[in-house]
Amino acid sequence: MLKQFRRPGYLIQFLLAHGTLFIYTLIALFPVFLVVINSFKNRRAIFRSPYTIALPFEPYAENWDTVGYETVFKRAHFDTYFTNSLIVTVVALLLILIIGTMAAFALAEYRFKGNTALGLYLALGIMIPIRLGTVSLLRLIVNLGLINTLTALILVYTAMGLPLAIFILQQFMRQVPRDLKDAARVDGASEYRIYWMILPLVRPAIGTVMVFNMIPIWNDLWFPLILAPGEATKTVTLGAQIFLGQFVTDWNAVLASLTLSAIPVIVLYILFSRQLIRGLTAGAVK
Amino acid sequence: MPMNKSRKSFPTHIVVFLAPAVIIYTLFMIYPLVDSLRLSLYAPAQAGGEAFVGFQNYEKLLTHELWAPRLQGALKNNFIFFLFHMFLQNPIGLLLATLLSSHIVRGKAIFRTLIFTPTILSFVLVGFIWRLILSPLWGISGDFLAIFGIENQPWLGLENTALPTLSLISVWQFIGIPMMLFLAALIAIPDELLEAARVDGATAWGLFWKIKFPLILPTVGIVSILTFVGNFNAFDLVYAAQSELGQPNYSTDLLGTFFYRTFFGVQLQPGNPTMGATIAGVMFIVILTGVLIYMFGWQRRLLKLEIEL
Repeated sequence: MLKQFRRPGYLIQFLLAHGTLFIYTLIALFPVFLVVINSFKNRRAIFRSPYTIALPFEPYAENWDTVGYETVFKRAHFDTYFTNSLIVTVVALLLILIIGTMAAFALAEYRFKGNTALGLYLALGIMIPIRLGTVSLLRLIVNLGLINTLTALILVYTAMGLPLAIFILQQFMRQVPRDLKDAARVDGASEYRIYWMILPLVRPAIGTVMVFNMIPIWNDLWFPLILAPGEATKTVTLGAQIFLGQFVTDWNAVLASLTLSAIPVIVLYILFSRQLIRGLTAGAVK
Repeated sequence: MPMNKSRKSFPTHIVVFLAPAVIIYTLFMIYPLVDSLRLSLYAPAQAGGEAFVGFQNYEKLLTHELWAPRLQGALKNNFIFFLFHMFLQNPIGLLLATLLSSHIVRGKAIFRTLIFTPTILSFVLVGFIWRLILSPLWGISGDFLAIFGIENQPWLGLENTALPTLSLISVWQFIGIPMMLFLAALIAIPDELLEAARVDGATAWGLFWKIKFPLILPTVGIVSILTFVGNFNAFDLVYAAQSELGQPNYSTDLLGTFFYRTFFGVQLQPGNPTMGATIAGVMFIVILTGVLIYMFGWQRRLLKLEIEL
């Protein structure tokens, strides 16, 4: 390393590369940072000194104020929204994984008439966005009596996530050695048992599928707005949108609700960022 | 062999494995898509219900004085929105990925994680965060632009700056996706290949254009088509930042907001499901064209290139 530094060109390259990355990191984070620090200030300080940090202890306490958070907790049911988002995301993810692995297993394992055609049929949805069918989807959901229910969102997100899930899982299932399955069959294991046995072997693919689906489901605004806009079924994203629209002139409340909706996602992201990035990079290679 | 077994007796287990996926996918994805295309050929009838009108809705959308300007506006805006992503987001994403895969960079994991952060936030948060930052009332953007001697303006409020500003916000949010996909492709390039070129005296610049870029061409294609489909399907960010009207004066109206407005109605204008379905039909045609060009134009070319090499 040190020897390399003696080459003048190397030092310039080193500084340029790190400088670019550092500047871009600032661009990516600064807006979010600014919102978070200002959500804990009084209104005057938000406008007079937006770049300082306020904390609940001296010497930073001069501008400390949590009135925004008080408004949010009084006027919006963020706890309900949060529970709704959590239920929808977790159940939809589970369904995508269970149903997706089953279908992928069948497509990868058995040679039956129409296998390829069925695989192509299921892959159609990777490229064509489900949103384009919204007019009919809304009618269907109304006819099924599922309007303003979390079930509607769960079913739609499951349908939306299945194509890519099956596509990715299938590739991984094909790589599981045949001998393993045939040995189990000789031992008299049922096909269902073999499926169950395969699951732990495709864990990386399951991680990738979870990562690809989690964020879009949690952040979606379109379907909650159209299929479940009721107060009891609002998700965090929709709840924040409506709250922000109503309180647009109350800077404290706006900053506080933005922080409240961003923090859980950012915390989760920091906790799972390694898996997420591994999933993204593993899924991307071909 | 399982094949013989399944031929002998009815393969119940195959049906059990496939049925849930096929049913849910068909019912909640394929059926609505097909039925929505069917609805685009219908219009509300005077006697109630809906009557078949052939391609009249499409004709109306293309020629009627109330519809055509909105469709053209949304198409044009959507195309500009796409160009910003294609020629700004993707090249910057590639640049960042190249830096992150470079052997001279330290702390790659930290940079990677931090730069990806905006991508995990919802459109609603991103839309409002930028509305605040760009608000002349708060003056944050003014402080920063002053460093470069640029005069601050209500960037999201003026007709000629709203769409570029909104596109840049979207680029800011999504740069993480092309960055990660390019990074994955760059990491997959064998080290020996790069080392051999380096020994032959290749510069970093030459190494990138002569070796790395040709090898990641498949990813360039994937990123391009993902960008295309995502952009022509966009709605949320405009809705959160500029409302479903694509304000100011429809200057940020995209196909997604036009579709939403037509379907649900806005202010005094009542919703019109069949015209909504027609706009979805147009979006379907646009997206399908992009996908087909990718599959038959781009991928086939790549295959030929690979064979020649």
